[in-house]
Amino acid sequence: MGKTAKFDVLIIGAGPAGIAAAMAASEPGKCVGLVDENSAPGGQIYRALKGQIQNSISSQIKTLDDRGVIRFDGATVYDAPRPNTLSITKGGEFQTLEYEKLILAVGARELFLPFPGWTLPNVMGVGGLQALVKAGLDVKGKRIVVAGTGPLLLAVGDFLKKYGAEVLAIAEQAPIVNLLRFSTNLLSFSSKIGQGISLIGSVGTKIRPGTWVASASGTRALNSVILSNGKTTQELECDYLACAYGFVPNLELPLLLGCAVEDGFVQVDSTQQTSVQNVYCAGEPTGIGGIDLSTLEGTIAGYFANQNDCPTLVLKARDRWKLFSKKLDATFALRTELKELASPDTVVCRCEDVRMSQLVGWESSRAAKLQTRCGMGACQGRICGPATRFLLNWEHGTVRPPLIPVPLAGLETRTSAVIEQPEN
Amino acid sequence: MGQNFDAIVVGGGIVGCACAYFLSRDLKRVLLIERGPIGGGSTAAGMGHVVVMDDSPAQFALTNYSQQLWMELYPQLNHACEPRMTGTMWVAADEEEFSHVEGKRDFYVKNGLPAEVLDTKSLEEAEPSLRKGLPGGLRIPQDSVIYPMAAAQWLLGQAQLRGCTVMLGQSVTKAKNGEATLQDGTVLSARYIVNSAGDHASSLTPEIKIEPRKGHLIITDRYPGYVNHQLVELGYLKSAHEMSQESVAFNAQPRATGQILLGSSRQFVGWNDEIDRALIAKMVKRAEEYLPSISQLSVIRTWVGFRATTSNKLPLIGFLPSDPKMLVAAGHEGLGITTSVATGMLIADLVAGRPSKIDRSPFAPTSGVAA
Ligand SMILES: Cc1cc2nc3c(=O)[nH]c(=O)nc-3n(C[C@H](O)[C@H](O)[C@H](O)COP(=O)(O)OP(=O)(O)OC[C@H]3O[C@@H](n4cnc5c(N)ncnc54)[C@H](O)[C@@H]3O)c2cc1C
Ligand SMILES: Cc1cc2nc3c(=O)[nH]c(=O)nc-3n(C[C@H](O)[C@H](O)[C@H](O)COP(=O)(O)OP(=O)(O)OC[C@H]3O[C@@H](n4cnc5c(N)ncnc54)[C@H](O)[C@@H]3O)c2cc1C
Repeated sequence: MGKTAKFDVLIIGAGPAGIAAAMAASEPGKCVGLVDENSAPGGQIYRALKGQIQNSISSQIKTLDDRGVIRFDGATVYDAPRPNTLSITKGGEFQTLEYEKLILAVGARELFLPFPGWTLPNVMGVGGLQALVKAGLDVKGKRIVVAGTGPLLLAVGDFLKKYGAEVLAIAEQAPIVNLLRFSTNLLSFSSKIGQGISLIGSVGTKIRPGTWVASASGTRALNSVILSNGKTTQELECDYLACAYGFVPNLELPLLLGCAVEDGFVQVDSTQQTSVQNVYCAGEPTGIGGIDLSTLEGTIAGYFANQNDCPTLVLKARDRWKLFSKKLDATFALRTELKELASPDTVVCRCEDVRMSQLVGWESSRAAKLQTRCGMGACQGRICGPATRFLLNWEHGTVRPPLIPVPLAGLETRTSAVIEQPEN
Repeated sequence: MGQNFDAIVVGGGIVGCACAYFLSRDLKRVLLIERGPIGGGSTAAGMGHVVVMDDSPAQFALTNYSQQLWMELYPQLNHACEPRMTGTMWVAADEEEFSHVEGKRDFYVKNGLPAEVLDTKSLEEAEPSLRKGLPGGLRIPQDSVIYPMAAAQWLLGQAQLRGCTVMLGQSVTKAKNGEATLQDGTVLSARYIVNSAGDHASSLTPEIKIEPRKGHLIITDRYPGYVNHQLVELGYLKSAHEMSQESVAFNAQPRATGQILLGSSRQFVGWNDEIDRALIAKMVKRAEEYLPSISQLSVIRTWVGFRATTSNKLPLIGFLPSDPKMLVAAGHEGLGITTSVATGMLIADLVAGRPSKIDRSPFAPTSGVAA
């Protein structure tokens, strides 16, 4: 058994932002912790085969290990029972971690909008299908429609093709004018260009701007999808539909800690500190801006959380990428037609089986929730919440512990946390 | 909207909705004003156990009468109200508690309510998840469980069919002498005003003293059949009755969804709505004493609510002595879901000048007014 420890800096989320934060915050004599619910660090983009670390980040992870950063892989934060304390669960065990400074690098998840057939088997998220393929799903020879919005569609289309899939179409809801304007803008953001060009070469011809999935059908599983551009429709037979409308930040932990959220994002100052003192936030929760912005924000949060100044160059770069993030938002803004996709009996809340027709006509989202149970299920509105915010302008529901379902035993607060503290 | 109402009901919790339900049977122009969502106050926090309690004769009379009224309404309720005849199982933790069970049974039976004493074996059969070897329990089969927010909405919906109007998103800032002043300055007049503002009733009627008594609840994921009755420890009444600063009692409810709703705690801590993890831990510990495997069930949410508490532990139902146009229907502590419909009926009787089926005097606001 190790000794009870308090982390100087505790980082939640080991995606690009969290890893960068750990790199910037770790130095001899400092106790830094890095927690991620996945079995290995990397977050969404550097997700490798189960439990393995992707080559592109392995040297960074080795550095962190060498510096004595304590990793909690496969551990999920589910509560903040006391000030400066988080509860984590890992493999059925519960533990509390205390910290001086906290960096929230908890990323984003995909936005799903309900349309007829969206709950059929083999209809999934864009990142979701990619993750399944990384976990071993064989898509060789499978006919796949990729749909939704954002740069991820192309990246995943390309990825699926490399794994032998037949990508039938990439339905991008954003209009072509937006995409053209955006690609011109890309020229000023070097690291994205290569990605953009190589993608167009591979699956670019499959892109259909201004097009979206109107419905999906099939008896036991997905059989076909109907694409629409508002004027004409086309039915495509396919084996998988990967569909997501961009990303929504994971706000649950920031909200539980009391961090101020505005326009759907965690508010931070120039040091990435949130409205709660000693709690920093980096990456997607502060704005969807891709890996470069997340990395920069993570670096900045890491420096400041470790009470070091951050090189001006890094701060400037972040501000530049923030602009890029704004352009991203404008390019891939969701069209209003998407609000009309769900038919009256399309299920919106999958946990509680609440249909679209039940959700309209209430004077407030809380009234609708209380009367229909929408968002009250096991996922606590993680899926339907962002959808109802877009479809019906509902506000974010209240966040109550636990953040994820945990056995009741986990609600009993453990008084002292005992963690393995390696010598260094 | 016209200025002259027969009655204005302030507060659309389950009690106000029940008042509107019964008042609208006698009166044409009833208006209910609610500042938030219908059933969004304590009603949205409560367990929805419709239970006959024998803490005092008055409490028994009110809960018993109300339960009969609910039973008449159940066949009409819509699906969302989820009425279920789960019955209550009062569980004895030890021989001492068990020794009081027969007396309790006799009381219920004498008053015309079915009640059945279970020994160790039959308790184990009825509730297999309970700890083995408990001395026994008392089953009250007529107790039930409902989904309170939908029930409030349903009662109000029925009132609306009879012509009751509803004003949402408006707060009443003053109510006196048949005049209700709204937040925006509008003054509405009525022959009667009913203060059913729940735990906020004293801010509208300062003569009455109602204090918030905080309670925590825990809800699990779906485990159909894990418990069958609403399980309550026999010590519950003691916990509810004593006005101690903090108490915890075992109370587990099977929801229609298969979820388990776990209570209960009582604290006087003002309006502090933070989740007290230490108290939650005590609730889990207490529950484990009865349901040893419960700590393995997944919990999906915890929350708190406030019970409107009066000094004599009975709700205030009746005319305010100082204002002949003002009625109070508030202070239902941990029983307002149960007693809402009887409260509504009593209020309607009072307004109509009718006698009631039960003695109203124990609930007259005089007896609950602060000394
Ligand atoms: C499903 C998905 C697939 C994506 N695929 C691509 C892609 O192929 N190409 C691309 O350019 N961009 C992709 N992105 C976007 C990309 O991930 C981001 O631009 C970038 O990685 C953001 O970095 P981040 O560190 O902010 O968040 P993330 O990389 O999302 O990292 C956050 C990490 O925190 C963990 N976490 C969250 N909450 C908790 C908690 N309570 N306890 C413990 N751990 C927690 C998460 O599991 C995750 O590992 C994808 C995003 C998603 C959601
Ligand atoms: C943890 C817990 C468990 C419980 N379990 C049970 C149980 O199992 N069985 C049972 O029978 N009871 C139970 N109760 C009690 C029950 O929930 C309450 O007694 C009941 O909901 C009270 O209803 P109400 O209408 O009086 O109050 P509320 O539901 O609080 O309604 C009052 C309404 O008035 C509105 N309001 C207030 N002031 C104004 C104003 N100035 N202008 C306009 N509107 C206003 C509020 O917004 C609110 O909606 C429990 C309570 C708690 C807290």
